[in-house]
Amino acid sequence: MVEPILKVEGLKTHFKLREGMLKAVDGISFSLAPDEVLCIVGESGSGKSVTAQSILRLIDPPGQIVEGHIRYRDKDLLALSERDMEKIRGDRIGMIFQDPMTSLNPVFTIGEQISEGLREHLNLKKNEAESRAVELLRSVGIPHPEERYKDYPHHFSGGMRQRVLIAAAIACEPDILIADEPTTALDVTIQAQILKLLADVQKRLNSALILITHDLGVVASMADKVLVMYAGEMVEYGDVKTVFEDPKHPYTIGLMNSVIRLDDQRDDELRSIPGTPLVPINPPPGCSFRPRCGAALDTCETARPSANSVDGGHLVSCHLMNQGGAS
Amino acid sequence: MTERQPIDSGQADSAWQIRRDRMRFHLRTLRLAWYAYAKDNAALGALIFLAVIILISLLAPVISPYDPAEAAGSIAAAPGTEGLILGSDVDGRDILSRLFWGGRIALLVGIGPTVVATLISLFIGLAAGYFGGWFDQIMMRIIDVVFAFPLVLLAIVIAGVLDPGVWTVILAISIALTPYIARLVRTTTLNVKQQPYVEAARSGGARDAAIILRYILPNMLPPVLVFATTLIGLMMVVGSGLSFLGLGIQPPEADWGIMVAEGRGVLRKAPHVTIFPGVVIVLVALSFNFIGDGLRDALDPRRRSR
Repeated sequence: MVEPILKVEGLKTHFKLREGMLKAVDGISFSLAPDEVLCIVGESGSGKSVTAQSILRLIDPPGQIVEGHIRYRDKDLLALSERDMEKIRGDRIGMIFQDPMTSLNPVFTIGEQISEGLREHLNLKKNEAESRAVELLRSVGIPHPEERYKDYPHHFSGGMRQRVLIAAAIACEPDILIADEPTTALDVTIQAQILKLLADVQKRLNSALILITHDLGVVASMADKVLVMYAGEMVEYGDVKTVFEDPKHPYTIGLMNSVIRLDDQRDDELRSIPGTPLVPINPPPGCSFRPRCGAALDTCETARPSANSVDGGHLVSCHLMNQGGAS
Repeated sequence: MTERQPIDSGQADSAWQIRRDRMRFHLRTLRLAWYAYAKDNAALGALIFLAVIILISLLAPVISPYDPAEAAGSIAAAPGTEGLILGSDVDGRDILSRLFWGGRIALLVGIGPTVVATLISLFIGLAAGYFGGWFDQIMMRIIDVVFAFPLVLLAIVIAGVLDPGVWTVILAISIALTPYIARLVRTTTLNVKQQPYVEAARSGGARDAAIILRYILPNMLPPVLVFATTLIGLMMVVGSGLSFLGLGIQPPEADWGIMVAEGRGVLRKAPHVTIFPGVVIVLVALSFNFIGDGLRDALDPRRRSR
């Protein structure tokens, strides 16, 4: 087996709020091979973005990473000094954000913003950084990059800005790319282009990709592995094939069922998971999904299920696993 | 496992080269901003008008036809009579000469405290807004206390404690004005700090200093500059008020505000004594407003065309 480039173990990121402790991320573990694509799926507020921010240590108070390990190569990211972490950010791990409209500094030209990272991390000379920035813009499909280099962010459309952000994120050829719902703010027609670009870039750089999304179609087409999150917890984790063909956790099953299919013969209504997601502030004991679960047992109310291996790398956190599985 | 070595030229630009390039970039930005500013007729007109006023004030000793402190004609002579273009005031002094001389003090009292207060506010507001924590708490509580007093009242208290004079007025207004600007700087900083591009910058490895200088400051400065320029006109009037109360400029020194105040007794019989300095104050204050508006448009890349 290839040595993983990123290994997250038992990550817990909590926010101390007036209402109590918000356990935004509560015990997430996964590992990422150097050329693997991991998709993190889950509803809004399930802790996907906080997981990504935790990896880059971008958590601000009142949030805090309270437990766990994040290993990048042979480094423990949580033990690095802030100075060393700054060298990792943007250089070895690049991040792409959700909203391209506001993720670029409005007062600098896009060329300036891309070459800034190049000069900072790669010690390139000005003209080298400039020509490389132009090449990067070209490689992400910006037409006439030499001319657009001197344009400001507001001269670009949303899709083009996301391309610019991708160019900035891959400028230093990072080992890991993290894309936090990179297509949520874009038109449907542009979404496909951006996802294809991301997939191309990931293959070209041969880097690992963590893609945060709630689009299961995207997961199916891009992911090697999938991590399903619910209320800050990992409910299911494994190869995308295994998880999609044989989902074990009632929540994953519910997610799969709520996907709209054109060839759907089942019935006329949209399927959804009843209830609303739990906000994990001072969560009660037991399984977070229990209030919405159709197959809850008595133990679900008192004990939190731990992640159990079903077969090989397929992990499921559900008491039903000990009862022979959900159906 | 070996770390993949990215494209590294091995011969980075020296620190001064990077600084030089950055300076060039800023100069280019300034040039673009100037083009945008010059397209705004009101702003350009206001700037030229103000430049003329400043020039006249500086040249006051040379171009003033009379001594501003000595009587040059009869009391409240009408404009155009006795060889006085704008007439004379209640003490028979030449209004034109006093306008020339008064500009020095009015501009000093208007611009001085605003510049001082803005600079102090930038430090306090940026540090408080960006770093937060105990410094923020302490600074904001102090500012709240200062803020609780009306600006003019506070200035009167400070000026009353010290010896009257121009510098007392400048100091008093600077202190009284700082909370207003510092608050704006802090809230704008907080606002900009939450913008996704700041998080994006952090995720790209930018340090605090770079984030403050390249992300927070340029995005926070325009509204602060606009606010500060519009305050200049107001502070000219506040300074006059202090002088009127005997806490600032002492007679017979000329100041536009004092000139307005002195004319109030003869407002019906000789309105020109009040009107001329009054009009000048209004025009200058208006110019600063136009300049503020022009600056806002010129500094925002989204408002200036390519």
